[in-house]
Amino acid sequence: MLEPELVIEAGRTERQYWRDLWRYRELFYFLAWRDILVRYKQAAIGIAWAVLRPLMMMAVFTLVSRRLKLPEGGVPYPVLICAAILPWQFFASAVAEAGNSLVENANLLTKVYFPRVIVPGSAVIVSLVDFLISTVLLAGVMAWFHVWPTWRIVAMPLFLALAFAAAAGLGLWFAALNAKYRDFRYALPFLIQLGLYASPVLYLSSLTPEKWRLLYAINPMVGVIDGFRWSVGAVDFHWPTFLVSCASAALLLFSGVQNFRRMERGLADLL
Amino acid sequence: MSGSAIQVEGLSKRYWLDQRPRERYVALRDVLAGAAKGFARRLSGRGGSATRDEFWALRDLSFEIPRGEAVAVVGRNGAGKSTLLKILSRIVEPTAGRARIRGRVASLLEVGTGFHPELTGRENIYLNGAILGMRRAEIRRKFDDIVAFAEVERFLDTPVKRYSSGMYVRLAFAVAAFLEPEILVVDEVLAVGDATFQKKCLGKMGEVTAADGRTVLFVSHNMSAVTQLCRKAIWLKGGRLQAVGDAATIVRDYLAHDAEQVAERTWDWPSDGPRQAPGDDRVRLLAGREYQDAELSGVIDINRPMEIEVEFQVLRPVRDLIAGCTFTNSLGTCLFNRCDWKPNQLGPGRYRKRLLIPAQVFAEDRVSVLIQLVFYDPDVGSVLQPDILHFETVDSDAESPVRGHFKGVWPGVLRLGLPWADAERIPDPAVP
Repeated sequence: MLEPELVIEAGRTERQYWRDLWRYRELFYFLAWRDILVRYKQAAIGIAWAVLRPLMMMAVFTLVSRRLKLPEGGVPYPVLICAAILPWQFFASAVAEAGNSLVENANLLTKVYFPRVIVPGSAVIVSLVDFLISTVLLAGVMAWFHVWPTWRIVAMPLFLALAFAAAAGLGLWFAALNAKYRDFRYALPFLIQLGLYASPVLYLSSLTPEKWRLLYAINPMVGVIDGFRWSVGAVDFHWPTFLVSCASAALLLFSGVQNFRRMERGLADLL
Repeated sequence: MSGSAIQVEGLSKRYWLDQRPRERYVALRDVLAGAAKGFARRLSGRGGSATRDEFWALRDLSFEIPRGEAVAVVGRNGAGKSTLLKILSRIVEPTAGRARIRGRVASLLEVGTGFHPELTGRENIYLNGAILGMRRAEIRRKFDDIVAFAEVERFLDTPVKRYSSGMYVRLAFAVAAFLEPEILVVDEVLAVGDATFQKKCLGKMGEVTAADGRTVLFVSHNMSAVTQLCRKAIWLKGGRLQAVGDAATIVRDYLAHDAEQVAERTWDWPSDGPRQAPGDDRVRLLAGREYQDAELSGVIDINRPMEIEVEFQVLRPVRDLIAGCTFTNSLGTCLFNRCDWKPNQLGPGRYRKRLLIPAQVFAEDRVSVLIQLVFYDPDVGSVLQPDILHFETVDSDAESPVRGHFKGVWPGVLRLGLPWADAERIPDPAVP
């Protein structure tokens, strides 16, 4: 039997990385499973929480927007808001949890080897599970307001994938920064809060002046939220913004992985 | 199969001093402030970059471990043992040099890594197994054996936060004990758990090297475990390789020689520099030293007597000067304090006092010594210096150690060699 030979030297881990990631795929599963299990251990509260948070946000936003007399588009306002809140909530919690994941799992990271990208990766997966549960809310709201899904709904996973890429990319950036600069975590909630206003959650992206619209779409959540709204039949599809958002998310993911890989080599020394 | 399992060539690991555990993270705030300062300095034309000190945790280390051999790594705290294990476990990357490893490695730097208190014993077995590199199918296959070894059958579906610490450790170790790597890297994990279980684990470890031809790299401060489990040992000192060889010889040499730096602290008097002797206008502490067998030593064999020496300068005539030493273990527990209540009436000059500590007092640990020089009347202290001296206490293979022939963890913060009287025959009412 030919035995595997492992060579450890400076800069060497690069070459074995992606192979290791495949080898450790079960750990990926187990870490996500652990976090989901812990979160939903008190089942009733856990699941209610995934639905309750967006529900309350939706209620508040709907009230505010009535006051502001924002245009509704083709569907009732709550549906419009709900289709934006769910992906936003997924994005925000994925970025926040991935961002804090390395520091929270410091104990694990200084004691065992595995490709570190698994840790923020599984944090994003956990948020994804929350999202999937909270889609019940969207279905409920749509049914309540008699908005029936058309064939467009089948495109929703595509926009979800876009949100996933953006969240993973930004999450990896934040995880790396957080491990390196420990006071970064104070900035993180603030940045996410800013992101809420920079994304068309409370309003429609068509409200932005035409000449700024492409620039605005550099925020990948613009493409995601527009996509979700389009899927429920609320707005028209706007190809240019969607493509810009896709490119931006891809760039975010690529640079996030690159930066994370660079930082990862010295990670155990930082934690 | 023959050949080497681990081959290390010129392995080095450098830390910048600002990366060392003491100041272990960088604040973005400081980096930004620093950048601004640097920019301002460049504007004002004053160069001068802050120099960072480097620290070599490992320096140019080379050795080879043959397949199927159990090898111990000995050395003082900070000698680079943990860094070596972390590099071989791929947790940190070396700065230079390389290590070749042939075979599947499992490293055990801690038991119960990744255990989550909210999860049940059953869930934690799967989680911990996956973290240690086991496949799900493999864990499922060994599950019953793991549970039986840990003796936690009845509590499998209880969250581990409700486990007693003994149960927790047993479960954690059991998962590790059923790893089947070709190479096992173990840190001081045996320092936990109760004595019986300890013995079971040591037995299990000895069994695997002997039977399966598994290569084991073992770090421990428990010298009797080292000599019992390993035939060979590697001695690290200051990040460099001091010696490799037969475990018994290495342990003996290590105990005898590797200690000078922590065994002595000295100060200058008269002086007003940073090395100024602590004290006041009556008395100044000049030195603290620890001796064993009339030699300075930072590693103390608990089966032989030792001495603490205190040197001081009396500046004006004093009476009721009391010297005292407080001994504290690595958990911060005060072991004991001993003051000298003699009415020391001393004129100006230099003096030396010695405290004799008999054999069989300390347990295996790391002990820190506080030295004080105080006055009885009025009740004032002149010198109170914590952590002056440190020594590691080891249990050698003495004639009759307190632990007898038992090799596992011995309970207690002290290991007093108190006498047992011989058995006396007493009248038995049942026998007329």
